[in-house]
Amino acid sequence: MLQISLFIALILLSIAVVGCMYRVLRGPSMADRITALDTVGINIIAIIIVLSMMLDTQAYLEVMLLVGILAFIGTVAFAKYIERGVVIEHEGEDRDDLDDSDDR
Amino acid sequence: MISMIQTIGEPVIAILVLIGAVLSVLSAFGIIRFPDVYLRAHAATKSATLGVLCVLLGGFLFFWIFDGYPSMRILLGILFVFITAPVAGHLNARAAYRTGVPLWKLAKDELKPALKKKGIDREKAEKEPLN
Repeated sequence: MLQISLFIALILLSIAVVGCMYRVLRGPSMADRITALDTVGINIIAIIIVLSMMLDTQAYLEVMLLVGILAFIGTVAFAKYIERGVVIEHEGEDRDDLDDSDDR
Repeated sequence: MISMIQTIGEPVIAILVLIGAVLSVLSAFGIIRFPDVYLRAHAATKSATLGVLCVLLGGFLFFWIFDGYPSMRILLGILFVFITAPVAGHLNARAAYRTGVPLWKLAKDELKPALKKKGIDREKAEKEPLN
C-alpha cells in the first residue's frame, strides 16, 4: 500500500513539474519564469525524498539538501539581477542607476 | 511493539505523502491559472512549501520507523525549506514590482503612493519594462 501511494505521489509531483514548466515557457515576464523555476526546485526536493523512500535508501538525502540550497541561491541571484542589473555589487563602484538605496 | 508501530505508521506516511503531492499539484494549477505575477507567486510560494514540508515529514517518519533512527538530514531539509522558500518568493515579487511588471486589472496599488512619498517612482519603470 505504501509503494502504491508513493507511486501516485511521484506521478502527481511530475504533473506539478510539468505545470511549472508551462509557466516557464509561457510566462510573460521574467519574474514569472523565476518563480516557476523556484517551484520546480522545491518539487524536485519532494521527488528525491519520494524516490529514496521507494528505493528504501538514505543515500539521496544529501542530494535533497544540495538541491534546496542551490535552488535558493539561484533564485536570489536571478531576482537581484532583474532588480538591479548586477548580482555582486563591488564596493566603491559608481552606481548612479541606483535610486532606491535609502530604504534598506 | 515495533510491528504495531509499523502497522500504524504505514498509512500515516502514505497519507502525509499524498497530501503533500496533492498540495504541489494545486500549487502548479495556481501557477498556470492565476492572472498576474503576484498572485502566481502567492500560489507558488505557500502551497508548494507546505506540500514539500508534508512530503519531507512523511520521509522523516518513514526512515525513523522502518530504519530505526531519525534522519537529521531530513530535519535540516525541513528547516531550510521552511526558512528559505518564503524569502525567495518575497525577493521575486519585490523584483517584479520594482521592474514594472503590471498588476492585475482589479488590484489596487497601495504601495505606489507610499513609495512615491519616499522618492521612488514606479511609473518610470512601468514605461520601460524589462520584460
